Order: sequence, then structure tokens, then C-alpha cells
Amino acid sequence: MSPVMTTRIALKALARNKMRTALTMLGMIIGVSAVIALVGLGNGAQARIEAQIKAGGTNLITINAGNFTANGVRGGSGVAASLSIDDVEAIKKEVANVQYITPGVNSRGQVIAGNQNWSTRVQGTDVDFPLIREWPIKYGSFFSTQDVSSAAKVAVLGKTVSEQLFGPEVDPTGQVIRVRNQPFKVIGVMGSKGQAGMGEDQDDTLFAPYTTVQKKLMGQTFIQSITVSASNADATSDVANAVSVVMRTQHKLNNGDPDDFTVRTQEDIAEIRTAALDTMTNLLAGIAGVSLIVGGIGIMNIMLVSVTERTREIGIRMAIGAKSRDVQLQFLVEAIVISLLGGGIGIALGFGMADLATRFWDFPTQVPANAVAMAFGFSAATGVIFGFYPARKAAALDPIDALRYE
Amino acid sequence: MPVISVRDLVRTYDVGEVKVHALRGVTLDIEPGEFVAATGPSGSGKSTLMHILGCLDHPTSGQYFLDGRDVAKLTRNELADVRNNKIGFVFQGFNLLSRTSALDNVELPLLYTNTSMKSAARHKRAMAALAAVGLSERAHHHPNQLSGGQQQRVAIARALINQPSLILADEPTGNLDSRTSVEVMGIFQRLNTEQGITVLLITHEHDIAEYATRIVAFKDGRIRADDPVATRRNAETELTLLPQIA
Repeated sequence: MSPVMTTRIALKALARNKMRTALTMLGMIIGVSAVIALVGLGNGAQARIEAQIKAGGTNLITINAGNFTANGVRGGSGVAASLSIDDVEAIKKEVANVQYITPGVNSRGQVIAGNQNWSTRVQGTDVDFPLIREWPIKYGSFFSTQDVSSAAKVAVLGKTVSEQLFGPEVDPTGQVIRVRNQPFKVIGVMGSKGQAGMGEDQDDTLFAPYTTVQKKLMGQTFIQSITVSASNADATSDVANAVSVVMRTQHKLNNGDPDDFTVRTQEDIAEIRTAALDTMTNLLAGIAGVSLIVGGIGIMNIMLVSVTERTREIGIRMAIGAKSRDVQLQFLVEAIVISLLGGGIGIALGFGMADLATRFWDFPTQVPANAVAMAFGFSAATGVIFGFYPARKAAALDPIDALRYE
Repeated sequence: MPVISVRDLVRTYDVGEVKVHALRGVTLDIEPGEFVAATGPSGSGKSTLMHILGCLDHPTSGQYFLDGRDVAKLTRNELADVRNNKIGFVFQGFNLLSRTSALDNVELPLLYTNTSMKSAARHKRAMAALAAVGLSERAHHHPNQLSGGQQQRVAIARALINQPSLILADEPTGNLDSRTSVEVMGIFQRLNTEQGITVLLITHEHDIAEYATRIVAFKDGRIRADDPVATRRNAETELTLLPQIA
């Protein structure tokens, strides 16, 4: 019998028991739609984080001080006093395609303005900072080279800090605030940058010249990080490599010595951050995948019932010349039709659920094509695997026994 | 060469610990074009014989030659082919597929033939078969919308669709009233005389058996008598004598 005829017969048989067919399909529908929706949500979240990190500039390179080991006690990343302003100068001088470069010194501190106070991150940086981050100024201006060289007590507030201290939509330039009990003059407020990749508020920061933070607030001469921007995105990895070489020379590291610093591009950071989410997405999709197996068992169950119920039909078909393989194919095709149809509806439903999530919770979703292909392939495979045994059972019936079955 | 030739056919069923001897050694030859009625009380082995002759069941021992071929040597698939295009079955319980139109039921054997056929050609042939049994206008009815006699005629059309040389009818009138029985027997007689199809009719009603040319009587799994019919009944002439039913 031709496959087309077999399929038509299977469809007719399924149409005769619409309710049962629908309920059997439901198992596949739920499984497939859950996989699609979860993978969609996971990928969407991943894409959003990647986009946020890359929004900081795909040409950004961050150099952090490495860890250090003293008497067997190993410190965490960034605690080593291994970066200095000399490194910044060396990179400026020796690495090609560097657009902007700025050192970074980070601290936290209580900031007081009038009767308001707020604890925030205090970031010591250089004049290039707004250019590197493409971060516009809302009020006033960023500090100048003059401010940096003289370690002036000037501060540029992040939007959140400004709002907490002075209220929203207020221009606080010219006001004096106290950072760790030292007076700083507010000379500007940054525009809003929003959340960073891991959800921290980038606007909850106070910027000051790195020299000021080093000398006036922390009493140290080293710096914690260096941020470099390559002149274009394509040159980023070359610049990153060159920076590594210069840094090793600068730190007098011999061949074989481990780096006492880390160089990361935004891409690297995005990869690290999304890797965890990737694991989570796979885990959830795996759990949803289990429901596909449950759906498959449902199909097998119904097919077995169907074979028993239709034993007489099988007998009639065999009596008029159906071969074992015709009967086997008929039931196998029925199982495959159920699973494929269920899979198809499940894919549509999964897309629908992902779309709803985007619309009502503003959650970005992105269903990758390979997840769709996989879900479809998996449902077809489910039909074949779980339909095979019942179909075999039907095909193995003895014609006379099947015909006599009451 | 006989169409059917069986030698010492024995069929024993194991029902739990008891052995049921359905056939205890049957030897029989049926020549092409014969119209044979197998009669006997229930349990005499006539239905078992038909199932074996129809390649639906296997004998416990003995030989069966169909058109000179030893059936025991055929594979499962070859047996399916024999059932498909050499034999037409007509059952007491009609054995039509429910919720399937008469036309689709009649077409069914064509779906299992080895030669592929266009769907339009299949329809045409099935319609012709239905017309031959006088059911053209009922082609799209489902079995539950047809009377017993109509259902049996659909079953006969299905049996004829592949132009078999042998028709095996197992109590074809068992579920039919007397007038319809005569009608159905008329169809068999016509097929037998006009197309030369060999018919083996299983029945326990002696008057039905008299439509055949030869009666083989079974008892306890053995052939008790094998005689030609002295005065054969003719369904066509009888029908004209029967009162018309509205």
C-alpha cells in the first residue's frame, strides 16, 4: 500500500475518535510547547544580557588586577596592588589602535547632602570615561584633566545618587556634598544608563577623578582596573592581546609565570554571564523534555488500547489481503500523525506563550530555529518509538484469531 | 486440475487441557467452476475447513493444494496475496469496516494489491462492483445505514473486486431473512454460471445448500456424504414467484 493511502487511512481512523485523539495529542502539545516556551524565555534573557553588556561597547577591554598569593594565602581577584598608572601610560604609548583609556579605582562611601544621605559606589576614573562608555552628561560637565592632575574634590553624580540626595529632575551642580566626611563639589550629573548585565544599577555611582579617590579617600597609589577602548570593534581582540604583552613586560613576568592581571573584552564578559543562564535554560528544557516522554507513553497506551479495540478490523483487513507490514505501517503512521500533529500544535502554542510573556511581562523571548527543529524531530521520534510496539503487536496478530475476536 | 485439493486435513485446537478435534482427516477436491455447499451441524468442522481453505488458518496436519500449489510452503506475505487476489470471502457477520462507506469497504482489497492503481480507477471499479450487486445508489452509506441484505451485498462486491477465481462464503445467509437469502444466493448462482467463479458455500440450512451443484455433508470433523444435487434450486426463477415487498 502506498504511504499516501496509509496516511489517509490513519487520518480517517483518528478522525473517528476525535476526543481521544485530541487528549492523546495533549501530552505532546504540553511537552513540546513547554520546551519551546522555556527555551524561548531562556534565550531571550540571554540575548538581553548580551545586548546590555555589549551596549557598553563591543570595543571595550577591561584589565583587572589579578590575585596574589602571600605565604600560601590566596587573595581574590582585584585585591593585588599590581596595577599602576605606569601601566596605563605604557599601554597608551605602546599599543596601537587604542582610542581611549582610563584607570579605575573603586570604593564605597556614605554621601551626605544637606539632611539626605546615601551609600553608593565611588568610582575614581579619568576624563575619557564618558567617551569610553558613550555615557552622556545630563547636567553640568564631567571633570577635566586639570581636576585629575590636581586631585580636585569634584564629583559627577549618577542619576540615582542625584535623585536620592536632591530629588528627581533637580540640577545639583554647584552644590557641595560630603563623601566620607570630605566636602566635594558637584560639577555634573550623568544621564541614565539603567541596569547592567547582572541587574545592578549603573546609575547608583558617584564619579570622581581617580587621583582624588586614591589620595583623598583611600590613601593608596595603585589602581584596581584599566578600561581601554579599541578604535574599532574588529581590532578589539588584537588590542586585548597587545595589552597582555605590554602588561607582562611592564610587570617583568618571565615566560611561564602566570599573569598577575586579567584582560577581558565585553564579549568575554557576556559569554561568562550568559553561560550560567545557558545551563539553567538547558536544565528547564530538560525537565520539559521529560513531559515529552510522558506524552509518548500516553500515545503508546492509547495505541495499545486501539489495537485491542480494533482487533476485528485488523482481522478483516488481513482476510482481504493486508500484509503484516501494511497493518504495522497503518498503526505506526497513526502514532506518528498524533505525535507530529501534537508537536506542531505544541510549537505554535510554545511560540504563543513566549509571545504572551513578551507582551504582558515585557520579557524578551527568542525561540531559536534549532529548538523548533529539535522539538519537531523529537515528537516524530516519539511517535516512531512509542508507536512501534503497538503496531508490531497489531501486525503479529493471526488473521483467524483477529477475525474471531469479540 | 482441481482448484482446491486437500488430503487428510486435520485441525486440532488446544483449549486449555482439552483438545478439540475440529477436523479429523478430510480429503476433498473441488474442480474449477463448481458450486459446492458444505453442510453439517455446528461443530462439524465446516467453518474450520473454510478458514483453512481461505488461508486464514493452518492445518495441524495434512496437505492443501490451491491451484496445485502447496499452501504450507507459502510465506505469511504470499498467503496475504492469495487472500487478496485469488479468494473472495463472504462472512455470516458481513465483516465490513464500520463507519466506512460501502464504496470504501469495497475498494479496500484494491489498496492491498501489489499493482498500484489510481484512486479514480479504484473508485470506478468499486462502483462497478457495487452496481453488479445492485447497490450503486447506496455507495456512500455506512454499513449501519444499510439493511442486512444490503450489507451482505456490499461484502459480496468487496469479495469480487479483485476478480477472484474462488469465493468462500461462510453462512452468508445466516443473518438474513428468507427473501434476502434467495437474493444473495441468486448473486452467487449468477457469478458461478456467468463468470465461472468457483463457489464454496458453508451452510447448515439444507434448503440453502440446494442452490449448489454438489453437497458435501460434514459430521464430527469428517465428510459423511458427498453427493451432487438432484434437483437444483434456481434463485432467479424463485424470486419472480416470491411476493414483492414494498
